[in-house]
Amino acid sequence: MSILVEVLSWVFLIGGSVCVIIGSIGTTRFPDFWSRLHAASITDSAGMILLILGMCLQAGFTLITVKLIIIGIFLFITGPTTTHAVANAAWVSGLRPDKNTSFKEPTTKTGKSSNQKPNKN
Amino acid sequence: MRLVGTAILMMALWLLMSGIYKPLIIGFGVISVVITLWITRRMDRTDNDAVELNLGLFKSISYFGWLMVEIVKANWAVIKIILSPKMAINQHMFHIDHTQKTDVGQVIFANSITLTPGTIAVETETGGFLIHAVSYSSDDLDALADMDARVTKIEAANDV
Repeated sequence: MSILVEVLSWVFLIGGSVCVIIGSIGTTRFPDFWSRLHAASITDSAGMILLILGMCLQAGFTLITVKLIIIGIFLFITGPTTTHAVANAAWVSGLRPDKNTSFKEPTTKTGKSSNQKPNKN
Repeated sequence: MRLVGTAILMMALWLLMSGIYKPLIIGFGVISVVITLWITRRMDRTDNDAVELNLGLFKSISYFGWLMVEIVKANWAVIKIILSPKMAINQHMFHIDHTQKTDVGQVIFANSITLTPGTIAVETETGGFLIHAVSYSSDDLDALADMDARVTKIEAANDV
């Protein structure tokens, strides 16, 4: 039983670390600010959840687990909020997605492409 | 009544976080709770802007279970994009309506959008959000409308 918990917790910890590394790779590989935000959110969600789960299993039924869960709940709320704050600041200051990697209308649909970003709000 | 509830909740939080049950430390906890309650009451008297949590408990729990599954799926999708050699990025910004009535419901919806990798709520407008997606496909609109309906459902739970 304890072997099972040990193995499971290390699977979570290593999986979380891999997610964090993948998020970092994504932040350097992606071409512009907007796509990098998405890569960073891998670290934010999958990495954070898996690492905290793994640490909870390591700690067992103790007060440390309660604290870890509280930390997890806080990160669950503050993580997306900070991402939104960064994205909103970029949007308000006029940064728009890169035209080359942006959505292109299907060719069947003639008309104006949505590459001109909506600026009228 | 609300003050008593807040006091019990904060004292429980203190006891859980400290883990040291000596009279001195618990006394510090009581003093902190009293000071916090006093500050909260003062703030409440000035702006009188209490946030009401009108959420169904069990519906919220099942929503967060569903959200975790969605997060796993979305993470996998973005990880595949990051690791694939040609990086199929198809960025798009689009508007989406929300049907929640309360501020809390709208916050939960916007945060759920941002929490699932691949979509970020960029700007809030009256009646909707501006969303940025990293690999846009036409399914995204349906998926977000589904999420919207689920958040509205947990919000409406206490009307019944």
